[in-house]
Amino acid sequence: MTTAKKDRKTLISMQNIQKHYGDYHALRGINLEIGEGEFFSLLGPSGCGKTTLLRTIAGFEDYDSGYVMISGNDMRGVPANKRPTNMVFQSYAIFPHLTVAQNVAFGLRKSGMSKAEKAKAAEQALEMVGLKGYGHRAAHALSGGQRQRVALARALVLKPKVLLLDEPLSALDRKMREQMQVELIKLQREVGITFILVTHDQEEALVMSDRIAVMFEGEIAQCDDPEVLYRRPKSKRVADFIGVMNFLSAECRVEDGKKIVNVAGLGETEVADDQCPEGFPDGAATVGFRPETLTLLYEGQTATHREAAATIDEVVYYGDMTYYDVRFDGVDKAVRISMRNIFGRDVLEVGSRVRVSWSPGALVVFG
Amino acid sequence: MKSLKVYAIFYLIFLYAPIFLLPLFAFNSSTVIAFPLDSFTTEWFTTLLTLSEMHGALLSSLKIAVTSAVLATSLGIFAAMAVSRYSFPGQKGIMGFIMLPLVLPEIIVAVSLLIVILRMGFSTGAWSVIVGHTLICTPFAIAILQSAFASLDPSLEEAAYDLGETPASTFRLVTLPLVMPGIISALLISFTISMDEFIIAFFLTGAEPTLPVYLFSMMRFPKLLPAVMALGTILVVLSVLLIVIAEFFRRRGAKRTGNDTGGFL
Ligand SMILES: Nc1ncnc2c1ncn2[C@@H]1O[C@H](COP(=O)(O)OP(=O)(O)O)[C@@H](O)[C@H]1O
Ligand SMILES: [Mg+2]
Repeated sequence: MTTAKKDRKTLISMQNIQKHYGDYHALRGINLEIGEGEFFSLLGPSGCGKTTLLRTIAGFEDYDSGYVMISGNDMRGVPANKRPTNMVFQSYAIFPHLTVAQNVAFGLRKSGMSKAEKAKAAEQALEMVGLKGYGHRAAHALSGGQRQRVALARALVLKPKVLLLDEPLSALDRKMREQMQVELIKLQREVGITFILVTHDQEEALVMSDRIAVMFEGEIAQCDDPEVLYRRPKSKRVADFIGVMNFLSAECRVEDGKKIVNVAGLGETEVADDQCPEGFPDGAATVGFRPETLTLLYEGQTATHREAAATIDEVVYYGDMTYYDVRFDGVDKAVRISMRNIFGRDVLEVGSRVRVSWSPGALVVFG
Repeated sequence: MKSLKVYAIFYLIFLYAPIFLLPLFAFNSSTVIAFPLDSFTTEWFTTLLTLSEMHGALLSSLKIAVTSAVLATSLGIFAAMAVSRYSFPGQKGIMGFIMLPLVLPEIIVAVSLLIVILRMGFSTGAWSVIVGHTLICTPFAIAILQSAFASLDPSLEEAAYDLGETPASTFRLVTLPLVMPGIISALLISFTISMDEFIIAFFLTGAEPTLPVYLFSMMRFPKLLPAVMALGTILVVLSVLLIVIAEFFRRRGAKRTGNDTGGFL
């Protein structure tokens, strides 16, 4: 997934977008390049400016300065109805006074197609989203999932260069959401159109995207593919927002040109440059590591990397997984370890003394 | 709880009993408005047909009611749209003043309008009744239309725009059809209010009286009293019918856009 995007042609390019709502600085210098056929996500907590940025691309929102280019054309002054983008709104915005087919064919009004051609295009679009034969139904009588599909069909029937989706799955229940995630990925592959998805759900972004831009307070904190974002977050804040990250305090020093980190409870280790996204700090630092990079050692097992002694504080059993909160000797703070359950192997009990295997390469050092 | 129930029952009797007496005497063959009732007749309704002055009054009432309803609803559309789309300084205060005629005694509105019109050197006539009725109907129209516009999801209009429509065609294809039930409801309510209104019409009507004003003038002739009852019956039935239809349209609109706010019934 990392290699494919390298030879993607740039479709959307944004340079230093600034936007104020009155006194409120909503977008603070956004720079982004989004490729053709890419599934791109804008991820961030509520209120960070994701919708504003999406609406800037769609042409619904003016900005103070900067450029939005689509296919090399400056979009300043181009209104939403003249842009090669279409939007799936958070509320789906299905026209309640029209039938499903009329909704889907709405955008074809000015296409110059004959009535029969429009009907055929609408039917094809409905088939694509799994609503074949629903054309004659009244739009206001559809379920949430069906509305969402109609909104997709209505946008895709126009064959836009970019499809913009504002939290399209947030109104659905969990099962439906997971199903739609898979369907959206398939659909995007099938049509090959660039999708830009806004979401506050980091799991959703990781599952669906080729690349993710993490936003905080109107700024892009990091833009990378999901694997890099998960393994090598560029700041503590990104690390904390994506998945679960354990943090322990540490002391840093350079010895014979080697970067040495002394992590509380784990001991000393050398780290590589790419493990220090903010540069190598001198003195006090924080070290982060994911729960699955630690392993509890059962009797007879030996550590593949390094080993540390700990006590189990809490056990959370999930069926396929068990989460252990453990405290390393000499450390007050508990860290989380996720272990895949294996048939025939007991879940350990609270209070047990354990040995934990950890790998120095999985650490990320923050200032 | 129990005393509240008793209170409610007495209140309803007090409110509606006189109105139920109207049809009772309208179909009673005696010219004296008193119990016991005589025999059933439709004579008074046929008498109405022969009163040519009444036809003139009906015509001028219809003319005034239609014009006032259209004017009040048009003004209401602009006001309701402005309030639901934009927020501007002093919005609450301005809306308060627009809605004030709802609670202002009509006699105040009537007398002050009369003074202004006469002082400016104009003479009263159908047009001045239209002005007065538009004034008192507009708040009702706004209240109904505001709930129609408020229940309209703004992203519907954005979606139409996003799909290539212009602001004008978006209004025609999306906004108008969705608030149409509210518009019809506002038209019907305004029409009904204007048809039934007496005080403003009485002061400002000039040479051609409206139906309620004519009805009032008929009261001086005891012989015509049963015919007055008949006319009153027709007006009551018509008003109730129109308001029920208006509410039907308002509810249909609310059901379509999926949320019900406000309304008079
Ligand atoms: N029309 C507006 N007027 C004023 N402030 C707004 C407007 N739209 C959004 N904001 C503010 O801008 C910030 C970003 O909003 P938004 O882009 O909707 O965030 P997100 O989609 O990430 O939750 C929020 O703090 C919000 O209150
Ligand atoms: Mg949002």
